[in-house]
Amino acid sequence: MASEQKTQIKQTTTWSAGPGCHGGCGVLAHIKDGKLVKIEGDPDHPWNQGRLCSRCLAMTQYVYHPDRLTRPLKRTGNRGQGKWKEISWDEAFDLIEEKMKNIRKEFGPESVIFSMGTGRDIGPWICMLAYAFGSPNVMFSLSGLACYSPRIAAVETVQGDYCILDAGQWFPNRYDNPRYKVPECLVIWGYNIPASCPDNVFGHWIIDLMKKGTKIITIDPRLTWFSSRAKKWLKLRPGTDGALAMGFLNVIIQEGLYDRDFVEKWTNAHHLIRTDTKKLLREADMGQEGSPENFVVWDQKREEPAVWDTKELEYKSSGVKPALEGSFNIRLDDGREILCKTVWSDFCEEVGRYPVEKVAAITWVPEKDIIEAARLYAQSKPASIHWGVPIDMTPAITPTAQAITNLWCLTGNLDVPGGNVISRFAFDAVAYALPGAKGVIKLHSKEADKKRIGADRYGPLNKFIWRAQTDLTFEQIFTGEPYPIKGMWLQTCNPLAGIGLDPKRWAEALKKLDFVAVVDLFMTPTAQLADVVLPSATFLEKDGVRTWWVPMQSINKAISVEDCKPDIEINFELAKRFDPDFRWNNIHELFDEIIKPSGMTYAELQQKGWAFPPEGHPSFPYNRFEKGLLRPDGKPGFQTPSGKVELYAVLREEWGLEPLPHYEEPPFTPVSQPELFKEFPLILSTGRRSPVFFHAEHRNIPWLREIDPDPIVEIHPETAGPLGVGKGEWVWVENWLGRGKFKAKVTIEVPPWMVMVPHGWWFPEREGAEPSLYGVWESNANLLIPMGHQGKDGLGAPIKHLLCRVYKVSKEEKDHEKET
Amino acid sequence: MRKKPEYGLLIDYEYCTGCYACQVACAQEYQWPAGMGGMKVIEVIQKLPHDKGYISYLPFPTELCILCTPRTRKGLDPACVKHCMASCMKYGRIEELAKIMADKPRMVLWVPRSGT
Repeated sequence: MASEQKTQIKQTTTWSAGPGCHGGCGVLAHIKDGKLVKIEGDPDHPWNQGRLCSRCLAMTQYVYHPDRLTRPLKRTGNRGQGKWKEISWDEAFDLIEEKMKNIRKEFGPESVIFSMGTGRDIGPWICMLAYAFGSPNVMFSLSGLACYSPRIAAVETVQGDYCILDAGQWFPNRYDNPRYKVPECLVIWGYNIPASCPDNVFGHWIIDLMKKGTKIITIDPRLTWFSSRAKKWLKLRPGTDGALAMGFLNVIIQEGLYDRDFVEKWTNAHHLIRTDTKKLLREADMGQEGSPENFVVWDQKREEPAVWDTKELEYKSSGVKPALEGSFNIRLDDGREILCKTVWSDFCEEVGRYPVEKVAAITWVPEKDIIEAARLYAQSKPASIHWGVPIDMTPAITPTAQAITNLWCLTGNLDVPGGNVISRFAFDAVAYALPGAKGVIKLHSKEADKKRIGADRYGPLNKFIWRAQTDLTFEQIFTGEPYPIKGMWLQTCNPLAGIGLDPKRWAEALKKLDFVAVVDLFMTPTAQLADVVLPSATFLEKDGVRTWWVPMQSINKAISVEDCKPDIEINFELAKRFDPDFRWNNIHELFDEIIKPSGMTYAELQQKGWAFPPEGHPSFPYNRFEKGLLRPDGKPGFQTPSGKVELYAVLREEWGLEPLPHYEEPPFTPVSQPELFKEFPLILSTGRRSPVFFHAEHRNIPWLREIDPDPIVEIHPETAGPLGVGKGEWVWVENWLGRGKFKAKVTIEVPPWMVMVPHGWWFPEREGAEPSLYGVWESNANLLIPMGHQGKDGLGAPIKHLLCRVYKVSKEEKDHEKET
Repeated sequence: MRKKPEYGLLIDYEYCTGCYACQVACAQEYQWPAGMGGMKVIEVIQKLPHDKGYISYLPFPTELCILCTPRTRKGLDPACVKHCMASCMKYGRIEELAKIMADKPRMVLWVPRSGT
């Protein structure tokens, strides 16, 4: 009994290394003699209510893993030779300071790239370091930034704010809050439950909702847990989501299932488009004194044009009755008469190009299923859509996301209880520049941002996404144009094994650089190519703050492990060395500033653990567009150029892109590449999630690896049979770019025309030095995916829909393996 | 005479998602080495007519399950039940659990070796 009394329990919040996910769970860490002995879900926490996933429950094996990096390492051999020397933190900081300052002096600060994976809490701190150094080039290292920020940017282009599934997460008492409504129907679009909890939603909230009666529609080529239990399962061809969304819109408009009041009151459906330029008619077109920022409608009452004033958010004349449909002749400033039509007419015309039979032919989903699913969604009140990363993982991400956004807008499900609810950072407390928000941590000057790679070429990167464009940066390492890249700081980032497409070329890229620093918890294939490796900390070993989306939470340090340092402390020390004007003295001062809009100090937040924004706050739902809570001027409406939900996106027009949603066939499909398809007759989809791994992490945790020991390819029995592939046999999955070795799971989870391979596989138990690099070239899905196929706006990448062939690993290859 | 079992685990396998939290929660609670543990999750994938299918997962208490007696004595739920992400496991007296079973289909009641 005496020994049990010594166990202390510390409350904290998950985010970052450890479970690895995007966090939010409240946990109770059991600490004895300064060591973690157990971790449990916090039953009082409104996010997870005591539940906890396998990865977090394995924390004791993670924190005290014998391979954990515990001291800074300096390379002593050639890159990749696996020869390292332990050094002190002071030596490590001095070395990094000297090398990076030399690059800055000779080539400019922009010549160092600050590269992250799916950043989690590291996002703000890597920006803090980059900006202190003076580089605008913070890079999310996936081709086309194809995870989440494209969706955020696309949604903001339409409605000015992002939104997510409403599972009552804005209320401490959740589903029991009388203002909350359980969605009647939930569309799960390219998402599976594997406890990875992406996008700031606890995946199992959906299970809670199903128990309360929510009907499910799944859109997924795979038979998933959700599609097993769905009212409708649409088994679409990967990459055709845009066509399916247009098909839904077609059914909803044709059958009059949309919310006409919402369309009339809150969208730019009435605004006029010139048929000569195909651009929106602006007030300035009709007279020189007119503003180019104001739009024009046709007033049916007076039978003349009327001006929508985007500053006042009202018509310049009173009693305007704007026409929703039709074409009208408008006299311009130069005396010409130009035929104009309403956005609604144009939008309906575009949607009309997607009749159900055509959509069925594109998507391979039967017509009947498309119609029934569209009706079920549109007729359920409220209804919500929850989407996953496959939406981002196609070059035409933006028009796809626009079409889906239009679905929840047109059906009146935006910011209503149980619908898609606008998600702001809790208390509008923003740490750093994320799409749509400017935070406390920023570059010193706009001038410094001018060198950011891709910002001049791609509208969304100029307007919402404050990152370097990954594909352009990657090429610039090889070309040196328009300026040389000389160094890279990689934090929570393992491009050789996880986030890098065409990963062998990533290895080449790293070897070209003068200086590479890696911050991680374990040695990785990527870290093997660094000059210096710094040991960072799990969430249990650090203080932190989390405000996306709700509640606002503190991460509270519970333990220390040897010489490991939290990422923020590593970056803080170096930021001070790089920037004489660095303005914070310690990390708590910085946290205080980040959460200042809440009126709380960091110490107060740590006391409370978490806090919800109060009613009436812009970060608290519902119906904020009606209450004037979304715009800085307090007027009802949205933060878009027109103040409306933009069915026709003004920003897209300004960026020279198609303003209306539509479908584009992806670059490597049976349809776009019929010749390649003859040689590679299977659709290759990648990135199936595992319940026990987060991306490239956790292969070294025994309790987790036991559950998912091998890289698996899912192949349908009808496809495996003729190839002579049986259950558990090793096969090559190959295309024109490369091949990977996977163990066959012969299963009906995939259709006969597709195989699915997981990403992120390497073998921490194998040799780290080259050529092995922990076996990273053996079962790496990314060897089959190219870089450089981002969409027209720099976003998206073809990750879920390539082509391949499958054949058995030969006996000779197996024998060779046994010998080596 | 052998003592009759009194306690069991009720699983609502309609909602078990195969997240493996129960399996790892057990491994953590008793610090089992990988390969051992009181809970194993089973996957069943069944083909259905009309090109459909159904995936079920089922937590199965192994010979090493002790129904978390050290925890339940203190009034706590077993580690697996406590952490179940889908909240689809319930610990209790066999008769009580059997009554709940009548409420809905797709349920299974386990009475492990140590349910005494």
